Amino acid sequence: MDEILQHNQLSIEKSHCGRRGVQFEQTQQHASAYLPQSCLRKTAPNLPELSEFDTVRHFTRLSQLNYSLDGQFYPLGSCTMKYNPKAYDVLSVLPQFAQAHPFAPQSALQGTLRALYELQEGLKAITGLAAFTLQPAAGAHGELTGILTVRAYHESRKDFERCEVIVPDTAHGTNPATANMAGYTVVNIKSGPDGCVDLEALQATLSNKTAAVMLTVPNTVGLFEKNIRQIAELVHKAGALLYMDGANFNALIGLAKPADFGVDVMHLNLHKTFAAPHGGGGPGSGPVGAAAHVAKFLPKPFVVKENGVYKLEADRAESIGKMKAFYGNAAVCLRGLCYLKQFDATTLKTIAEKAILNANYVRAKLKGKFNAFFDTNCMHECVLSIDPHAMNGVHTSDVAKRLLDYGFYAPTIYFPLIVPEAMMIEPTETESKEMLDAFVTALEKIYDEIQTNPELVKAAPHTQCVERIDEVSAARQPNLRW
Amino acid sequence: MFTPHTSQDEQQMLQTLGISSLEELLTQIPAALRTKDFNLPSALTEQQLTAYLHELATQNKPLKNFIGAGCYEHFIPAAVPALSGRGEFLTAYTPYQAEASQGTLQTIYEFQSCICALMEMDVATASHYDGATALAEAVLACGRITGRKEILVSALLHPHYKEVLKTYTKHSGLTISEVKATENGTLDVNALQTQISAATACVVLANPNFLGYVEQAEKIEEITHGAGALLTALVNPISLGVLQTPGSYQADFAVAEGQVLGNPMSFGGPGLGILTSKKAYMRQLPGRMVGIAKDHQGRRAFVLTLQAREQHIRREKAASNICSNEAICALNAVIYLTLLGPQGLKEVAELNVERAHQLAEKISQVKGFSVLKKDPFFNEFVVQCPVAAAEVIEKMAERGIAAGYDLGTTCASMKNCLLVCATEMRTEKDLQAYADALGGI
Repeated sequence: MDEILQHNQLSIEKSHCGRRGVQFEQTQQHASAYLPQSCLRKTAPNLPELSEFDTVRHFTRLSQLNYSLDGQFYPLGSCTMKYNPKAYDVLSVLPQFAQAHPFAPQSALQGTLRALYELQEGLKAITGLAAFTLQPAAGAHGELTGILTVRAYHESRKDFERCEVIVPDTAHGTNPATANMAGYTVVNIKSGPDGCVDLEALQATLSNKTAAVMLTVPNTVGLFEKNIRQIAELVHKAGALLYMDGANFNALIGLAKPADFGVDVMHLNLHKTFAAPHGGGGPGSGPVGAAAHVAKFLPKPFVVKENGVYKLEADRAESIGKMKAFYGNAAVCLRGLCYLKQFDATTLKTIAEKAILNANYVRAKLKGKFNAFFDTNCMHECVLSIDPHAMNGVHTSDVAKRLLDYGFYAPTIYFPLIVPEAMMIEPTETESKEMLDAFVTALEKIYDEIQTNPELVKAAPHTQCVERIDEVSAARQPNLRW
Repeated sequence: MFTPHTSQDEQQMLQTLGISSLEELLTQIPAALRTKDFNLPSALTEQQLTAYLHELATQNKPLKNFIGAGCYEHFIPAAVPALSGRGEFLTAYTPYQAEASQGTLQTIYEFQSCICALMEMDVATASHYDGATALAEAVLACGRITGRKEILVSALLHPHYKEVLKTYTKHSGLTISEVKATENGTLDVNALQTQISAATACVVLANPNFLGYVEQAEKIEEITHGAGALLTALVNPISLGVLQTPGSYQADFAVAEGQVLGNPMSFGGPGLGILTSKKAYMRQLPGRMVGIAKDHQGRRAFVLTLQAREQHIRREKAASNICSNEAICALNAVIYLTLLGPQGLKEVAELNVERAHQLAEKISQVKGFSVLKKDPFFNEFVVQCPVAAAEVIEKMAERGIAAGYDLGTTCASMKNCLLVCATEMRTEKDLQAYADALGGI
């Protein structure tokens, strides 16, 4: 069929002059009757002209060219691709929520405001932190919110000397980029041989110039920072604050509270730990929590409850201000609330427990063929490393592409940077033992192929709608639009 | 909930690991840091959850909406959510493995193309968080490109956008000054001429502006480029069905809130940040972009490209820290634009113009109320009330109408001014009901 109907024809290539997918009622007069000619558009935009049916076929076909969590196992490390319950798709867009205008009278918005308030309270209970803002639209946006909050804290104390943020070499790229956006100099520190922060290196780097240390817990090699309490003490002794990147919070939920670690500010990703779907890149939500001494610097407004009435309170003189227009990705927050409501104090920990069990199971099953870089129990994800010399010249990227042929999305690859040829696998708690066994079997088969027919693996994928793509060709002469 | 492990599964898995209890895996977390006391209410089943969310939803009171102010109620064809809600789109990750993500990648390429066509700009990114953060990123890029430090912002920029801009630029070395407005509700071009200098990195123009009025864009462009500064325009995408485009008046960067393109209001989020520029600034744009590449057989394929700008490669030297964006909202927008086509877009824009002008006419006839209408407006305008706008809003709400945005909340001298919007969603009957209700308060 692909030979007759080209699979990736663009909508504009299917366009027929005069076709349309939606019609509006006629106006009595054209815009020129109301507006001066000088401010009118001169030429019509080059948009596709398709019928509704054409459009439905077009986008349905495109959806079928995708891997998705609903269809395939997605072992992406640090991405927490857990099942996204279908109920939330419906409940987060109930008409009264979807049609709520942010500037409607607050008396007409009590449902939305209450939902946001309850989510704030729930996140406080889970992390032990004093306050949460739901304003950030994504994890990186949460990081920026958090680091600007840290900066406001120091400046309120007339402590203007602090110009550095310390980031371990295992950090996500967003951490150093965030610190830079907040006007800080980034100081990278090396991890110890055990994959955790090297306390001595940290101590040597901390000074009265340090504004914050950004730490991902568990870290990106899938290990819990076992010295987190001492780290917090060292950081605080230096007058700095401890920022926790909560991208990997799925491994801790229900087991421990970041407030007890000594964390001052952190973000969570509702599109990871709290089961909101990733949507091919967003929208997410990155709530930021803060301990009591930092809370007043969080962005305004806050949802508060006074005498049984919910309202937005913007009267916060020391707040860093606003991070986005309106009040956050409310529809994503509603999904987070739905998820939270389905757990109680007893069942909450099963999320992390089963996530940890699944990751360790995959690690143990693969041992001998694909080995973990740090040979120890891991948290929610295991990081494997490939030696191409011992694998007939096959690289991690080849294994990743070959997995697509077996019906699995690829793990996160070449990250963290400290692990050569890294392959980072995070199964999440919602995958069954059968699925993990199937995934392991696929990797074992690939291992055998590497021994017997490495070229097959190097040329993968073979079963997708396109073969291996030359990514460099796109950047050379960028074609970014029709 | 949602964990499929039977006790037999768990036993077998523990056996594989050579341990007897799950607890042995958890010892990685020091015992002193383990928590046992989570203060959470009892868990809800899906059925209970459904009832609970419906109960919350009924606490939102439906009002006939005449508020715009940066978030607009428009008709969303059923095909938009039906297609974007498909699990193949909704539950996919960022398309890093291009071969297994051609669907998402092609929709982003089509989104970029439709947005460039709509705005008559050269390059568009895959999306940003919202209009305000897209604007902030464009302004930061203008600072990097020109090496200049001063940003001139129209006083008639959305108040939330001004606040976000302030937060984002606070530690960038850029200073922000406002250019005042005339009493007709548009930018004072003489003031702009006076304020602009060789230190000006960019001029931020909102068109239509926050009050709904259409600016003299060509004049502003001339002054801006005359001083060697860059022009960043914030536009309403629906308005471009009839209004001149930022490309036509030579904007260097054009940004927008794309919520209006097939996305519900949802209390203001998620929005859809649209970020475009002239080709020369392509490598200064933050965030993801999709381009065309070839596969090993030479066939067309789509990939994330120009990634050397981004945080996962450049780390602290990246143009921005953005990672996740608003992909599903961008998908809604491209489906919406594909359904409407050039003709549908023109029709919906004309309906907005007509309904707003009809409403303005009706309100002008209500005793004590007058409409600011010397300069052209799109679907929003300012109403001068005989009493405080807050009072009008309260009384109209009692009659089931969300009357507008109280301009007194952002500008003390405008406490009697109401910002009123009518989109294609308001029928002629709705407009009459509004005028009648206003006459009755």
